[in-house]
Amino acid sequence: MNTTNNSTEHTVKAFDSDISEMRGLIAEIGGRAEKSISLAMKALADNDYDLAREVVKNDKQIDALEEKIDRMVIQTIALRAPMADDLRELVATLKISGVVERIGDYAKNIAKRVAVIDNNLHIEPASLLPAMAQAASQLVDDALTAYATRDADLADQVCERDRVVDDFYNTIFRSLVTHMVDNPKHIGAGAHFLFIAKNLERIGDHATNVAEMVYFAVTGENIGERERGDNPSDPLYSED
Amino acid sequence: MTTETTTITNKMTTRNVDVFYGEKQAINGVSIDIDMENVTAFIGPSGCGKSTFLRTMNRMNDTIPSCRVTGEITLDGEDIYAPSMDVVQLRARVGMVFQKPNPFPKSIYDNIAYGPRIHGLASGKEELDRIVEKSLQRAGLWAEVKDRLNESGTALSGGQQQRLCIARAIAVDPEVILMDEPCSALDPIATAKIEELIHELRGKYAIVIVTHNMQQAARVSQRTAFFHLGTMVEYGDTSEMFTNPQEERTRDYITGRYG
Ligand SMILES: Nc1ncnc2c1ncn2[C@@H]1O[C@H](COP(=O)(O)OP(=O)(O)OP(=O)(O)O)[C@@H](O)[C@H]1O
Ligand SMILES: [Mg+2]
Repeated sequence: MNTTNNSTEHTVKAFDSDISEMRGLIAEIGGRAEKSISLAMKALADNDYDLAREVVKNDKQIDALEEKIDRMVIQTIALRAPMADDLRELVATLKISGVVERIGDYAKNIAKRVAVIDNNLHIEPASLLPAMAQAASQLVDDALTAYATRDADLADQVCERDRVVDDFYNTIFRSLVTHMVDNPKHIGAGAHFLFIAKNLERIGDHATNVAEMVYFAVTGENIGERERGDNPSDPLYSED
Repeated sequence: MTTETTTITNKMTTRNVDVFYGEKQAINGVSIDIDMENVTAFIGPSGCGKSTFLRTMNRMNDTIPSCRVTGEITLDGEDIYAPSMDVVQLRARVGMVFQKPNPFPKSIYDNIAYGPRIHGLASGKEELDRIVEKSLQRAGLWAEVKDRLNESGTALSGGQQQRLCIARAIAVDPEVILMDEPCSALDPIATAKIEELIHELRGKYAIVIVTHNMQQAARVSQRTAFFHLGTMVEYGDTSEMFTNPQEERTRDYITGRYG
């Protein structure tokens, strides 16, 4: 049964309204995480400290939402003892809320670097970061759309497209290292940009995690392990 | 050591079993294998035929005049509907706990001792006492009745009566135990004791349990069969059935979308 047919309602109507409330909360936390990414990148581009601080403040709401979702999922599992696709959806919701919270953390981490990067330096490879952020953010958006619409195909595509973000990362990584070798005075700022690229790469991975969860919730099967763009030769590579 | 040990042998099999009450067909072409290694749960909406099918497995339905069974049911490869089959012996080998507790109007002690006595399982009073105590212990009833073994079984509460019937069923050391909603009248502690008993008996006896409690089915069984309108819709590993059922009707039922 590779489709979910959520058209049939539960005999206990309150269960349906709990589920739709949780879906709404995931949409909300996801929307906030995406916003954090775009605001963090804007703060970085404009060297806007106030905006960066706003991202940090925003993150508290994301944390609060995660807690709220977790509480609700746990309560629903306890009260309704869900089965089959309901159970899978609730487990996915629980995991997705945690993953999206981490995405928010990465955006916050990017925002925190705004104050410490000397933006008078011209570091060419960093100019790719906005496009990379755009690609990562789009993955998050698509993963959440896949969740909202129970779309296993879209979830599958997200996993596939994570390569694009990984490729960005590898390109930026190499060119930044080269740039730093040639311009030792830029090493401080260059290192920050490296971390920002790494954060965006991790956001892409987490979008993939969300997509995997969606795929499982919808189909009951794990998505086929595919080759990840993780580059073991990357000195910043870490499985966190 | 060989890998032979993992071979699962079927204790009971049914093939194309139909059951009729007069003209009305209650079970339609059910084929299932029951093995010793796994506890099998039967689930399905009220009236779908779980009890009817369960009763065919030790010929309890013989007592219902309008009831007719076709198809094949075997115990250790032997056709239980063959004329040579001794029904009393069959019911000792395939014990049953009914949906409604049905203690004999006799003492608690005699309710348990009756089976072992007629089947000659105890060599003397002492051994019979031991069987009675052990059976009551396993059914989680001993502590409550040990000082009143001579009182009538019918004087017990509904839940106690049910445990008495479970004790009675296991007292004759059957090979197969069929339980029809054994916990429906029990409180959570007594229910947990029965579930513990099922875990304990698993592997020694082949066990089939009918339950309306999905969590119970998920907890105690390794195989689950879903019945609907007299047919067996899906039969598979319990873990799969409850996380990823293959049939839409199963999904609708276990997730509470039925009807
Ligand atoms: N003795 C009988 N005479 C005639 N019809 C019967 C008899 N027993 C059961 N039936 C019918 O057979 C069908 C299956 O009944 P059965 O008791 O096997 O269902 P069940 O799945 O055990 O239901 P429940 O979950 O309510 O116990 C029902 O339509 C019922 O009316
Ligand atoms: Mg019944």
